[in-house]
Amino acid sequence: MLTRRFSLSQAAIGAIVLLFSLACLFPFIMVVSGSLSTENDIVNYGYAFIPRHVTLSSYKILLLGSSRIVDAYIISILVTVIGTVLSIIVNGMGGYVMARRSFKYRNVLSIYVIITMLFSGGLVPWYIICVRYLDLKDTLWAMILPPLANAFNMFLIRNFMMAIPEDLYESAKMDGASEYRIFFRLIAPLSVPVLATVGLFVALGYWNDWFLGLMFIDKQELQPLQLLLRTLVSNVEFLKSSSNAAAMQQISATIPSESIKMALTVITIGPIIFLYPFVQRYFVKGLMVGAVKG
Amino acid sequence: MERRTAPLYHEGITKQKGNMRMKRRNGLVRDLAQNHQLLVMFLPVATLLFLFCYLPLSGLIIPFKDFDFQKGIFGSDWMDPLFNNFDYLLSSDAAFRAVRNTILLNVLFIAVGLVFEVGFALMLNELRNKYFKRVTQSLTFLPFFISWIVVGVFTYNLLNYETGAVNRFLEWIGAGPVDFYSEAGLWPIILTIAIRWKVTGYGTIIYLAALTSIDNSYYEAASIDGASRWQQIRYISLPMLRPTVVILTLLAIGRIMNADFGMFYAMVGDATLLFPTTDVIDTLVYRSLRQSGDIGMASAAGFLQSVVAFVLVLSSNYAARRIDRDSAIF
Repeated sequence: MLTRRFSLSQAAIGAIVLLFSLACLFPFIMVVSGSLSTENDIVNYGYAFIPRHVTLSSYKILLLGSSRIVDAYIISILVTVIGTVLSIIVNGMGGYVMARRSFKYRNVLSIYVIITMLFSGGLVPWYIICVRYLDLKDTLWAMILPPLANAFNMFLIRNFMMAIPEDLYESAKMDGASEYRIFFRLIAPLSVPVLATVGLFVALGYWNDWFLGLMFIDKQELQPLQLLLRTLVSNVEFLKSSSNAAAMQQISATIPSESIKMALTVITIGPIIFLYPFVQRYFVKGLMVGAVKG
Repeated sequence: MERRTAPLYHEGITKQKGNMRMKRRNGLVRDLAQNHQLLVMFLPVATLLFLFCYLPLSGLIIPFKDFDFQKGIFGSDWMDPLFNNFDYLLSSDAAFRAVRNTILLNVLFIAVGLVFEVGFALMLNELRNKYFKRVTQSLTFLPFFISWIVVGVFTYNLLNYETGAVNRFLEWIGAGPVDFYSEAGLWPIILTIAIRWKVTGYGTIIYLAALTSIDNSYYEAASIDGASRWQQIRYISLPMLRPTVVILTLLAIGRIMNADFGMFYAMVGDATLLFPTTDVIDTLVYRSLRQSGDIGMASAAGFLQSVVAFVLVLSSNYAARRIDRDSAIF
């Protein structure tokens, strides 16, 4: 009865929601279509939903013709994997220490962590410390270390671990287990839900990051994928300076600039789109945890 | 716990008979020794936070120095006069413009974001078809997962003069192409749309969670009393959402002096023509630091931003805490 009475507003709401959802999907389809189009079609007819002539030449150029893309892909994967693994271990241990109720100094350490959420020296001092004092310029670590210890993630982990009964820690201690053993063998396996959620957010952050690359990486061969995409968008010609320019020439005489940008975009977001259906619910869960206590 | 600490307790009693100061120091040393494993586990966090959060705090003195990269933060000479960098900054039109843009754009983003996220959550909550609801929610959450660089590419696809889809459409209806990348006036709207596209699905999740946690008996009671669906939204859903709305808004206001550098840099980049409406503090500082090399001005701007941000974060968090203890960050 209720449904019928409000069917008109139901339909209107459904239509609005549907339109917005399609708007969210639209650019993705356009990029995929653009990457498969011939350069002529894009120049003459603009971007379209369905390519008029399907071609894989831009992908061939990117993957076979330019070693830069492959290098950048490896850099991005390295940064994401190393960063995520380290982040889970480091923040997990930090959260564990702050979660130990019987540990006398846990409040002092918590304050030490909270302060970093309040005060910030700003971009300039941070940059100068990293470059002049820590010598991070043009290293892989510059893209991994600066955001590694994260107060917010640590508190998320801590809150989860505090829900684990304290008796569990104590009985393990009485059995003679060291703190390391308790963490890695007992608490970490019990905290997989929160560690996985934090890990996914961190991995997404590392994969999508280009700010650290922009700040610290001048060497072309260390550029992550996202940064390469940006460079390519503003200047396609730089691909020609790549080491195997000759191979590129064989595939296509001129670089199809528009479709190649689209192809690199597809390659960049590919892993995310591929994993999205599987990991989405963990992100939603993580947000809920964060919403309960940020 | 009791059994393990029992011998220590006895030891403590024996010590009490001796020197009090001695006892306290021994207590600390013993605590540290006893907990050395936990301290070792905290060491990576402590070191990383020290290097990347605490050390940069010492750099807050940079604007008062005549900074020389070779001499370092402490080795550089003091500025003469001390506030020279600030005088220079405050007299510059670019700095005024950046502060104004940062605040105005953030107010715009917060206000529009609030309306869209609450509105979309209410709409999703009204949907009865579970499958449709799940699919649309997945689709709208998707853009959150891609970087601003990619959103920048998307935007370029839509708006560029020759091949952009929007311009094609405008041509088709006879309105002629618009050179978006030189129309500064349009960019507050374009950026707002881009943000809404990217994070509406993400922002909706928290509101939707709050909505689904409302006890169904409120709605049942209301509909027995003859309240329409609109009245139920107006008098039940919205009041129940109020604490979440207030707190998220307060926390957003706490960050009002900080612009999302990634978005501005990826969307606007070096398009100087757009700076009148899109240059914000973060992009100004970045350019001064990395492009013009004007560290004095960049650090002075960053200093003011840090101080104001600190006050804002503390006060907005204090306010959020007063409304709901559990929602404050700390």
